[in-house]
Amino acid sequence: MIPEIGHYALILALGIAILQTVAPMIGWRRRDARLLASAASAAQAQFFCIAIAYLCLTVSFINTDFSVAYVAQNAHTDLPMIYRISAVWGAHEGSLLLWMLMLSGWTFAVSVFNRRIPAELSALVIAVLGVISVGLLLFLLLTSNPFERLFPVPLQGRDLNPLLQDFGLAIHPPTLYMGYVGFSVAFAFAVAALITGKLDAAWARWTRPWTTTAWMFLTLGITLGSWWAYNELGWGGWWFWDPVENASFMPWLAGTALIHSLAVTEKRGLLKSWTVLLAILTFSLSLLGTFLVRSGVLVSVHAFASDPARGLFILIFMAVVTGSALTLYAWRAPKLASVGELNLFSREGLLLLNNVFLVVACAAILIGTLYPLVLDALNLGKISVGPPYFNAVFLPLMVPLFVLVGFGAVVPWKKGRAGETWNRLKLPALFAVAFAIVVPLALHGRATLLAVTGGLLGSWTIVAASQDVWRRIRAKPSFVAGLASVPRATWGMTLAHMGLGVWALGVAFVISYGYEKDVRLAPKETTEIGDFTFAFIGAQEAKGPNFVAQQGEVTIERPDHRTVQLYPQKRFYPSQRNVMTESAVDATLMRDLYVSLGEGFEDGSWSLRIYVKPMIRLIWLGGVLMFLGGCLAASDRRYRLATAAERKAALDGGAQAA
Amino acid sequence: MRYTIPLLVLGVLLAFFAVGLRHDPRILPSPLIGKAAPAFSLPALEFPQPEATATPPLKGNADFLGKPLLVNFFASWCAGCQIEHPFLMSLAKAGAVTLVGVDYKDADVDVRQWLGSRGNPYAPVLADLDGRAGIDWGVYGVPETFVISASGQVLHKHVGALTPDAWERDIKPLLAAAP
Repeated sequence: MIPEIGHYALILALGIAILQTVAPMIGWRRRDARLLASAASAAQAQFFCIAIAYLCLTVSFINTDFSVAYVAQNAHTDLPMIYRISAVWGAHEGSLLLWMLMLSGWTFAVSVFNRRIPAELSALVIAVLGVISVGLLLFLLLTSNPFERLFPVPLQGRDLNPLLQDFGLAIHPPTLYMGYVGFSVAFAFAVAALITGKLDAAWARWTRPWTTTAWMFLTLGITLGSWWAYNELGWGGWWFWDPVENASFMPWLAGTALIHSLAVTEKRGLLKSWTVLLAILTFSLSLLGTFLVRSGVLVSVHAFASDPARGLFILIFMAVVTGSALTLYAWRAPKLASVGELNLFSREGLLLLNNVFLVVACAAILIGTLYPLVLDALNLGKISVGPPYFNAVFLPLMVPLFVLVGFGAVVPWKKGRAGETWNRLKLPALFAVAFAIVVPLALHGRATLLAVTGGLLGSWTIVAASQDVWRRIRAKPSFVAGLASVPRATWGMTLAHMGLGVWALGVAFVISYGYEKDVRLAPKETTEIGDFTFAFIGAQEAKGPNFVAQQGEVTIERPDHRTVQLYPQKRFYPSQRNVMTESAVDATLMRDLYVSLGEGFEDGSWSLRIYVKPMIRLIWLGGVLMFLGGCLAASDRRYRLATAAERKAALDGGAQAA
Repeated sequence: MRYTIPLLVLGVLLAFFAVGLRHDPRILPSPLIGKAAPAFSLPALEFPQPEATATPPLKGNADFLGKPLLVNFFASWCAGCQIEHPFLMSLAKAGAVTLVGVDYKDADVDVRQWLGSRGNPYAPVLADLDGRAGIDWGVYGVPETFVISASGQVLHKHVGALTPDAWERDIKPLLAAAP
């Protein structure tokens, strides 16, 4: 019964989504205020239906109702409760339903927080989001119905993939999807602007918080994914340039560029058609990511069940959504003329450069990711493009970007002056040079090119980015009054840029000074790595709720003679006959000690993989800082308070439509 | 004009994706195709199990010349093999082709029990218990199936469980056309 309710709710949602698309479009043509207003109601009703469907699937999982095929494939009676809830998005059908839930959730949010936006624009935005809903709901209902029944009903389910039984992974997909799907709002704003032909500073101001919110979720999602891979895959790596990772990174780069170009469009009325194009591209890259994961056209560690029929559907969907948006762009964008000139040595000029580097980096990754597919399609052979390519093209493109961040904080809009800029940046520059030389030597006794470059760029970014806040505080009589006077948007920008610097420090140090060692140790044997002594005490059986494990015990003696105990596990999940490594990590901000268990031998010895990873935490700390920066920037009060002029414009728009 | 460039780029990308959907990136072409099957000489398991002292007879390439065959690498521990097993049984029952099973990295006891309880579709089962023949044949993982012509040439390699679809599409026409 419950699965049927869910299924019907999805069908109902499809009907509503069609209404949500068609009615506002007609309303816009006929200037009918009632039809325009129906958009918000439809969006809310659709969200309600999808939420019901989602709840039904979750209840089926909690009750382990194996008559639902999807539940039987991804649950087991021994599965702990938290993973029953997260198992809903553990495979294709459910994660698509989650995608849908988020899309309708974002649309719901647009329909609620639209008071400052002209009725016409908000209705068109909701209508465009409705088109995406219709496509996804059709996809769900036609090719990937999560409520399909199974008969005869199996007594036991096949269980959730053990890789996914980890807290980090449980929350990684939802945050990532929040980001992917969130860019649909920026996309809808862009398409609506192309339809109406109106794109002004107010449009940019309405679009910015939505974009920033989507971006911060994507940032957090990628960070969590990296953290999860590090803990769970047992290779000690944090980024692999896997096609699916790239698929999430490309929208991030495009979205980052979009955030910056939106700032230019809002403050200076420039780069209008470029901003619209970026908004379309960012969401299209999110769709591309979905396509790459679901269709199986590329080989990836993210082995989602792939199915050419589904791939074809997403391809057609992508062609319709992106194709029609770009057609509209080709037709209407020439009318979105920007007023005013762009001076390269000004904040907007620097932001344009930032966009160039980000988009080129994004294109380089796109080429590397798709190159194997293109060669295969042309029958030119099978190849794979690995980390050496990506590191070689990506890292050099990041260098100028980091240098730019520092300038961006001090160069004013319209026109910068060289002398003033130098006065403000000479101290940060001096600090960065000193930091880059002293810190690697002091901490590790030797300097590598990468560590010095990373130290230079990272510390430069952190210190230079804080200049803006620092100047605002100094302009006020007291420190507290100064702190209070800094707008949240400025805090947000500063934090995000500092996060970027922290990230760079982490990357440079972990690559330069990390150790790794594969050893075979008998019980009571020790090995030395860096300043640490690792003693293997032995391994014994341990039992979890739905697995049995061999649990190793490793005692590490630190240079200060304190000891740390680690218990890496090798787990066997009987339900899927699957073996998983669960590495053990002793983490501090300055270094991680990481042990994962390899193979056991008959004499009681084990192969162990041991890593010492200096400052690897900074990589994720950087991501979290960017996320927090996004939170602050998106919640700035100027997005919530309408100016008198805007309120009047909104009223006029409503009156005209009526 | 420059505003249509994004649309053109999208068109090219979509075309590549459409072609890409028809290719499976996991299929790695076998370098053996068109060449003579690798030489092997493996003990054939006898059913029911003979006296412990008996040495199993060795079988090699020469024993199979003259008729086309499917050489199927399988193991009792492999999940894909369980999936394809009913289909192999139906092929054997229909007498569609001679099936040679190569038991890959397995234990003698396990494979006897496995085939005993499910039925044995193979004309002979050859034991490659240490996986050495698998290396010569370039086996990545079981199940993998090779189509061998009557003259001992490798015509085709199928990776993963053999499905009725793959049989109809890839293998049956080859057997029909083979000399």
